[in-house]
Amino acid sequence: MSKILMKGNEAIGEGAVRAGCRYFFGYPITPQSELTHYLAKRLPEVGGLFLQAESEVASINMVYGAAAAGARVMTSSSGPGISLMQEGLSFLAGSELPSVVVNLMRGGPGLGNIAPSQSDYFQAAKGGGHGDYHMIVLAPNTVQEMLDTMGNAFDLADKYRNPVMVMADGVMGQMMEPVDLGGDVRVEIPPKSWATTGMAHHAGKNVINSCLVIPEEMEELNLKLEKKYKEISQKEQVCDEYMLEGADIVLVAFGLVSRICMSAVEKARAMGIKAGLIRPVTLWPFPAGFIGKTADKTRAYLTVEMNMGQMIEDVKLAVCGRAPVYHYGRLGGMVPDVRDVLAEIKNLHEGDAGR
Amino acid sequence: MIEAVYIAGHGGQGTLSTGQLLANACLKEGKFVAYLPFYGVEKRGGVSNCGVTISDQRISSPFVAEPTVLIAMNSISLEKYESAVVPDGLVIANSSLVENAVTRDDVRVVPIPANEEAEQMGDPMVANNIILGALLELTGVVSIQIVAESLKEVLPERHHGKIPANVRALERGAELARRHKIRENK
Repeated sequence: MSKILMKGNEAIGEGAVRAGCRYFFGYPITPQSELTHYLAKRLPEVGGLFLQAESEVASINMVYGAAAAGARVMTSSSGPGISLMQEGLSFLAGSELPSVVVNLMRGGPGLGNIAPSQSDYFQAAKGGGHGDYHMIVLAPNTVQEMLDTMGNAFDLADKYRNPVMVMADGVMGQMMEPVDLGGDVRVEIPPKSWATTGMAHHAGKNVINSCLVIPEEMEELNLKLEKKYKEISQKEQVCDEYMLEGADIVLVAFGLVSRICMSAVEKARAMGIKAGLIRPVTLWPFPAGFIGKTADKTRAYLTVEMNMGQMIEDVKLAVCGRAPVYHYGRLGGMVPDVRDVLAEIKNLHEGDAGR
Repeated sequence: MIEAVYIAGHGGQGTLSTGQLLANACLKEGKFVAYLPFYGVEKRGGVSNCGVTISDQRISSPFVAEPTVLIAMNSISLEKYESAVVPDGLVIANSSLVENAVTRDDVRVVPIPANEEAEQMGDPMVANNIILGALLELTGVVSIQIVAESLKEVLPERHHGKIPANVRALERGAELARRHKIRENK
């Protein structure tokens, strides 16, 4: 099949439809409005439902309802809208409801702007809502991957009965790249015997609830969740590597910034500097296992992020003091320039960074 | 990398559609492409820029930091991005609106009075494709014929009636570029 040119937002929408998602509840916000626009047209074509809710708070609770009934359901937003959804995300985690939430990050805090950012890393990977919980967080870096990751997101959500966040910076939503839509779509949605589909469909009562007033019962749920998170952490860490062979300066970057870093690494290698790149594909679980294994061969790490330094904390935990970890960031919707990243690499190479 | 094109102007000048059209046509030719827009919150009149990377291999960074070609649709765009162009790069300036001269002497400058030409053709909306026609002639990155085919995909169906006028604009732009080349060689 020949490739077509698609915007990232459209690719996410098409990927969701191809993953069997038939319900979308959301509220438009730049830079993800093309996604709501796309699904408003596309979902009715496949017998699905698109509903523009009155707010993001309403959207996420509609997602809760549809997920409780066993549907493949999603919502999407950006920065301020995702903040409004945090309570709902915590409820989804507590009630173990499979669902997919897309965040096309923009400049913040506050109303900020519509320019690209990665400043919602903490909120996504550490949990912006209340209580002990984790979302699985996926960070694609091409438009093709934005399409492909949606199937993976819904599968992981169902497999672990857990909310999954797909996260990209805002410009990825508007970026256009060739996409191969692939062949026939065959979706296998696992049976959901726990879903509240009515007594005609399942034996006994199915209750979806995160309100456990007795501490012993709440702890039981917490322990069950903890066990699940441990399993996810062991099985689902994913990262990509680029020119890592023999690298003594290792960049760590996710999303579109990883592409800028690929260019910087290519330029550094051409200058004889042994640079390489690790790109976390899953932000939670963070690929600490893989990064940790590189620590003894690495002179210095450089995380490049569109924030003040958030993922760097997870890199430091993975490296565990065996090599220094530095950060280079641009803020407020500004994007790192490949020449500036290269300058940082050269500084580390020529300076006394490392051991 | 074959070309890294940066198209800069203000909202309403068709900068983003020009970039999408170019990317679409190059994809048809089997090239790797990436298109990245930057625009302000304004519907019209705000900054409206895009970068198009065209390559024969997988594209690492899709950001056009060092353009091989700059299309400056107005004065401020030329002023702001002139310095980013690679040495021996190409600057196509919309001389209808660009009042300032290019200050560098290590780039090739081709002025195209796109707005005046478009008005003479009877449709001010095709100015962007006059510029694109010049780019196609000067870089040879993809043929006018393929771009013309891409118009069917890029333009919404309600605008398909405008395709012939846009193809004429592409051809006019190419002709203006050819004339400029002859002047350059004299």
